[in-house]
Amino acid sequence: MGAGHHHRLYLPGDSVVHRLPPQCKLLAVLAFAVVVVATPRERFWAFAGYAVLLLAVAVVARVPPGYVARRMAIELPFVVFAFLIPIIGMGERTTVLGLSLSVPGLWAAWNILAKATLGVIASVLLAATTEPRVILIGAQRLRLPSLLVQIAMFMLRYLDVIVDEMRRMRVARESRGFAARDFRQIPVIARSAGALFIRSYERGERVHLAMLSRGYSGQMPIIQDISASARQWSAALALPAVALAVLGLAL
Amino acid sequence: MTSVHSLEVKQLAYAYPDGTQALFGVDLSIARGERVALLGPNGAGKTTLVMHLNGILTAGHGSVAVAGTPVRKDTLKEIRQRVGLVFQDPDDQLFMPTVRDDVAFGPANAGLRGEELDRVVKDALDRVGMLEAADRPPHHLSFGQRRRVAVATVLAMAPEILVLDEPSSNLDPAARRELAEILRSLEVTVLMVTHDLPYALELCERSLILSGGVIAADGPTRELLADTELLAAHRLELPYGFAIPAV
Amino acid sequence: MHVPDGFFNAVTSISAGAVAAAGVAVCLRGARRELDDRTAPMAGLVAAFIFAVQMLNFPVAAGTSGHLLGGALAAILVGPYTGVLCMAVVLLVQAVFFADGGLTALGVNISIMGIVTVLVGWGIFRLVTRVTRSRGGITAAAFLAALVSVPASALVFSVLFAIGGTAPIDPMAVAAAMGGVHVLIGVGEGAITAVTVGSVLAVRPDLVYGARGLARPLILRGAEGESTTVGVPEPVVATRRLKPFLLGGVGVTLVLAGLVSFFASSSPDGLEAVAENKGFLGQASDHHFGAWALADYGEVGGIPVGVAGIIGVGLVLLIAGAVAYAARGRNKIKV
Repeated sequence: MGAGHHHRLYLPGDSVVHRLPPQCKLLAVLAFAVVVVATPRERFWAFAGYAVLLLAVAVVARVPPGYVARRMAIELPFVVFAFLIPIIGMGERTTVLGLSLSVPGLWAAWNILAKATLGVIASVLLAATTEPRVILIGAQRLRLPSLLVQIAMFMLRYLDVIVDEMRRMRVARESRGFAARDFRQIPVIARSAGALFIRSYERGERVHLAMLSRGYSGQMPIIQDISASARQWSAALALPAVALAVLGLAL
Repeated sequence: MTSVHSLEVKQLAYAYPDGTQALFGVDLSIARGERVALLGPNGAGKTTLVMHLNGILTAGHGSVAVAGTPVRKDTLKEIRQRVGLVFQDPDDQLFMPTVRDDVAFGPANAGLRGEELDRVVKDALDRVGMLEAADRPPHHLSFGQRRRVAVATVLAMAPEILVLDEPSSNLDPAARRELAEILRSLEVTVLMVTHDLPYALELCERSLILSGGVIAADGPTRELLADTELLAAHRLELPYGFAIPAV
Repeated sequence: MHVPDGFFNAVTSISAGAVAAAGVAVCLRGARRELDDRTAPMAGLVAAFIFAVQMLNFPVAAGTSGHLLGGALAAILVGPYTGVLCMAVVLLVQAVFFADGGLTALGVNISIMGIVTVLVGWGIFRLVTRVTRSRGGITAAAFLAALVSVPASALVFSVLFAIGGTAPIDPMAVAAAMGGVHVLIGVGEGAITAVTVGSVLAVRPDLVYGARGLARPLILRGAEGESTTVGVPEPVVATRRLKPFLLGGVGVTLVLAGLVSFFASSSPDGLEAVAENKGFLGQASDHHFGAWALADYGEVGGIPVGVAGIIGVGLVLLIAGAVAYAARGRNKIKV
């Protein structure tokens, strides 16, 4: 997981995609994911169409393929799982290279791989072209409860701080010869987790004090707001719209 | 002095809810424009005192007044604008996603918006020399830069008095000097809580020693620091090899 | 265990999304009551903490390792409402920023990894601590709560899978496999949660939400040396809210199971149905899919899926209750 480097999720740039308001991009990616998930899996070329669409977005946004590929590693555990499905799946079986595989299982594996991969790429492109804090502003625009947005904001702000603290604790453990080999080491790890919780909690209290000191009274002042024009909306929603058209053609 | 003091603390006593008493009748006053150091060993009650200055803790006994306004429940909003508290760990203070948002947080809570807010933010960042970092996230800055931004966040509220908790801690020598230059250039009352005695000497004409929950000494910094017995009695020490330079 | 896009069909994903949204909405209000204007910074920091501990891999058995889910831990440390919020935000951030877990599967992920783990964990924790409020009892309760919360989450996952999963695997096999692995992971989760809670309890007992009311009574000393003790008021919050919270949780889970399976079984998948009606599906594939569509959406071992879902949820609750009851007996003897 790329935790602790979340600022590197964003690739600064000045493309059309970068400049679109975050709420438009968020909604577009979500709608795109829904269309992908709702596509019957035997419509092969619909999936090819979606892939081409995402490729077009990546080209316009100048997101290098290597970056997308690295970020896709997050999907690996489920890829492994997907390869297991045909082996353990039920139903009619076929033999491929001497291996007995379930036909519906093969379909399911293809289904999960295709949809999950398209979903991951769409999310990666969103994160690569939009700063995390800006995504949150977009989410607030889309009526995500502001308290939830604030919690996410504080979480992103302090993620690095806390992960760094955890890393320092691990270095301290390991420099005294500790290695997590089996379950007997769980208490040591857990005590660090306890210490980390106390630090996090106390920091939360101090942050709250700092907020109070500057006049906080329960509501975050809305300092930045990004409004979107009809043109920007239509530009962003072109992605799911074209995807839907592809789906329509495929059916 | 007949004018209203920036800060006036009278007979302040406070015990924590668990019964531990931290302050036993603190008296101090700071005139407008003064830069005062509050010195004291760990556990002397420095932080507890600071928490009273903007009403995070409320006095068990006695009173605190800022520019003549008493610190009370109904004056909290005004008090918190007038007392600019700079925390020891800038990470606690810089909680917003970007430097600009963070500096804007206080004035925005006070109701500023639009161009006026922008002007205040730019001005505050300019005074600490961090204008070019406005759009960066705080965690990308060096520690010294973060502390300067933390100062800007309270400067943006145009405070009557700036209260700094251990401003020199964790700073390398260059960052330490830069911060000193900034603090000297500000025309604002400063209360600096520290046990960095040379820093107090460098920046503050006057010092107070808080020890055992009371003000144990109050006078020109140079004189207090020259009194080795006084320092020893309150667990304060000048760094090795440091001597009070002759005037 | 973050479910990606395409793992569940669209209807299941969307229904779970509605349930997750409702659950989070309830918790937003609840957390505001618990933390008032501290909610945003406190929950944010705790969410960052949960995110960090989820990166802790702990060895389970030879060669395998698991990582913390953290739902039960969050519930015990900061209370169930804030706990759900923290888990939801962690999952939201993971999905949107790290592409970990599909956007359309966010509802499923929040439901099974956030709401279920917190609910089951908190419920068991409260049941056990109702009997014993000693420090050891709280640690034991934390262990049990976390231990059960993981397989419970895996079971709910299996139920959802039986209802709206897209892979042709025998739901019972999934349940067995998921349950087996997650009992193991649950042991690790239980151990790490118990020690974590115990170590916080040793240093800052006031920070453990689930241990409020553990404080010793105050002693008042008179002038002649006589002393009286003043009882510390019970944490009204926790005890009084347990019942509605649990009932609400059971309700939400049942609604989730019933609703989703109703839709899933009556209209397998909107688009697939359209495709079939219009005769777009090819001859061969029609045959394949027609054959297992029944198995997938219709029945599991002769029981309608809607009923199966509810039975599954009931089973989870029953197991949880039984374990808690057993623990309760043991603790009684100890105390």
